[in-house]
Amino acid sequence: MLSKYLKELCLLCGASGNENSVREYICRNAETYGDSIKIDSLGNLIIEKKGANRSPKKLMISAHMDEVGLIVTYINDDGTMQIAPVGGIDASVVIGRPVVVDGNINGVIGAKPVHLLNSKQRKELPEFSELYLDIGAENKEQAEKLISLGTYVHFLPSFTKMGSSKVRSKALDDRIGCAIMLELLKEDLPYDVTFAFLVQEEVGLRGAKAAAYSVDPDVAIVLEATTAADITGAEGDAKVCSLGNGPVVSFMDRSTIYDRELYSIAFEECKKMDIPCQTKTRIAGGNDSGTIHLSRGGVRTIAISAPCRYLHSPSCVADMNDIENCLKLTRAMIEKAVQI
Amino acid sequence: MDLREILNNLSSSNGVSGEESSAGAAALKLLKKYCPDAYIDEMGSVIGTVGSYKANVPHILLDAHLDQVGFIVTYITEEGFVKVGNVGGLDMRIMPAQNVLLHGKQTINGVIASIPPHLSNGEQKVSDVTELLIDTGYDKAELSEIIALGDRVTFDTPFMQLQDKRIAAHSMDDRCGIAAILYALELMHEKELSCNLTVLFSSQEEVGECGAETAVYNINPDIAVAVDVTFAMGHGDDPVKCGKLENGPMIGISPTLSREVSNSLIHTAKEKNIPWQSEIMNGTTGTNADRFSVSRGGVKSCTLSIPLRYMHTPSEVISIADVENTGKLLAEWIMGGYIC
Repeated sequence: MLSKYLKELCLLCGASGNENSVREYICRNAETYGDSIKIDSLGNLIIEKKGANRSPKKLMISAHMDEVGLIVTYINDDGTMQIAPVGGIDASVVIGRPVVVDGNINGVIGAKPVHLLNSKQRKELPEFSELYLDIGAENKEQAEKLISLGTYVHFLPSFTKMGSSKVRSKALDDRIGCAIMLELLKEDLPYDVTFAFLVQEEVGLRGAKAAAYSVDPDVAIVLEATTAADITGAEGDAKVCSLGNGPVVSFMDRSTIYDRELYSIAFEECKKMDIPCQTKTRIAGGNDSGTIHLSRGGVRTIAISAPCRYLHSPSCVADMNDIENCLKLTRAMIEKAVQI
Repeated sequence: MDLREILNNLSSSNGVSGEESSAGAAALKLLKKYCPDAYIDEMGSVIGTVGSYKANVPHILLDAHLDQVGFIVTYITEEGFVKVGNVGGLDMRIMPAQNVLLHGKQTINGVIASIPPHLSNGEQKVSDVTELLIDTGYDKAELSEIIALGDRVTFDTPFMQLQDKRIAAHSMDDRCGIAAILYALELMHEKELSCNLTVLFSSQEEVGECGAETAVYNINPDIAVAVDVTFAMGHGDDPVKCGKLENGPMIGISPTLSREVSNSLIHTAKEKNIPWQSEIMNGTTGTNADRFSVSRGGVKSCTLSIPLRYMHTPSEVISIADVENTGKLLAEWIMGGYIC
């Protein structure tokens, strides 16, 4: 069921600020399991679920619904369009790619063919301003009928199994977290939990700030996908974390110094369950914890992440075993976190 | 004749230079309708003759190349990543997070590894082909059962419909040339021709026109036309170096081509009101015509090129209108007596 949720969520398009279809999917699948469902003014989806017992400490579990994408900024006279990135994307994973515009118009990201570049240009990555969107319109008039400025552009959805246990897709960051939360919502939980499906993580952890204020938790678990660089040539700490080595629990990243007690408990729980667990070996990346742990008077926070290769590209790769183990660890952490 | 369907069919077969068997089988099947005796030669090229041999009339060769650019497997690392060499000229700027298919004992999915922005410290560089790593989700032992050194790797992008007659797909260079020749054959079907006509879908163009060189020796024509692709103007491209989509086939004019044949094609286009553009070159053409013109005692040769955007990327954009007009021009030229 986890892999079915993950696949269906990844195939939806939801760049930051455009999370509607993801939110609708989650509402549809969660409504029979939650005790109250609320959508706030930014678009965060907040679901309260009662457990067997009242929680001594209020616990919020969150994941973000948005993904990186592109936005149309200008329509050129020849019917092509200028674009800007929404979230952190390298030009190299965008040029020459098939994309889908506004959910139903096909396009490609154009760039000058390599044959017409000089040897210096061939070794340089273009700026976003040098790339453009081509939907096959013959001129500006035709393009304007189909697309207005501010329209979102997404990597073409496709979800593929690789090897024995891996999956390849866009938006694994952070539909993995959303899928784990949907799975937990179906279960009988030992304590009350607030599940927050958040918007606008990729443009500065913005949905999380409003949601953390409204929910006002004592403890937070942030579910994420984090960057793994375990490829040939990366030695030791340069791998950061590795696929197949279990949930990633960080002590620190670019946004947060995590709660040390929760960090230790997570490793103990994994040991008890005999599942692998790892930490990140570089201080890199960041997630919604950055604003959640500073909300109001402060929130004790831990992030549980699935290691994921080629993050922020049309083709991220993660291991289903790690994702299953993230679910197990999160389930175990509910009981511990509310009693910390 | 449904050109869109034929293009989709030809693009979904694979044929990286030197291993064109899948594309060759697809093209052979389509050609058999017009050339029942068509066959595949020692170099993997598809060759067919239209009608029966007539004495004392010129022998015309229509050619498009069968092969596509791609990769060849050179090594499998301890960690299970596949290293490759390039086959034909590739744009190295677009490689990170590119989806590929590896054609071994079976065809498997893969993705070219990338370093995400979280870890690159803002440093962006274009990798050399020897630095590329393909992730298949398998470990080395599993991979060695499926993939052998020397196997080919192709881009994996879907055939996409853009606005109106424009489409985006990989390997339109030069499968759209094959489609144009098939369309010409359809227009000439069961008509009495005043020439001998041979069709060649040649192997190994992208690595130095090898298939064309050997096939043209055996075919021994008097006149040869290489139907290939050339640059269509994208946003901001140099109009001197590019044609325009939907403005018709580009008739080659060059010191190495037969001006007689170029003029004859231009004459036909004007006479029959077929849109056309000229492509002026100042020496060799980078197409099979370079081999044809100096075969045996010399062959009157010309190029007819279909304008294409984003050449050698996985999302090559063409207009089906240009494919149609290329086929129409070839058919009218041959039926009209081919030389002024």
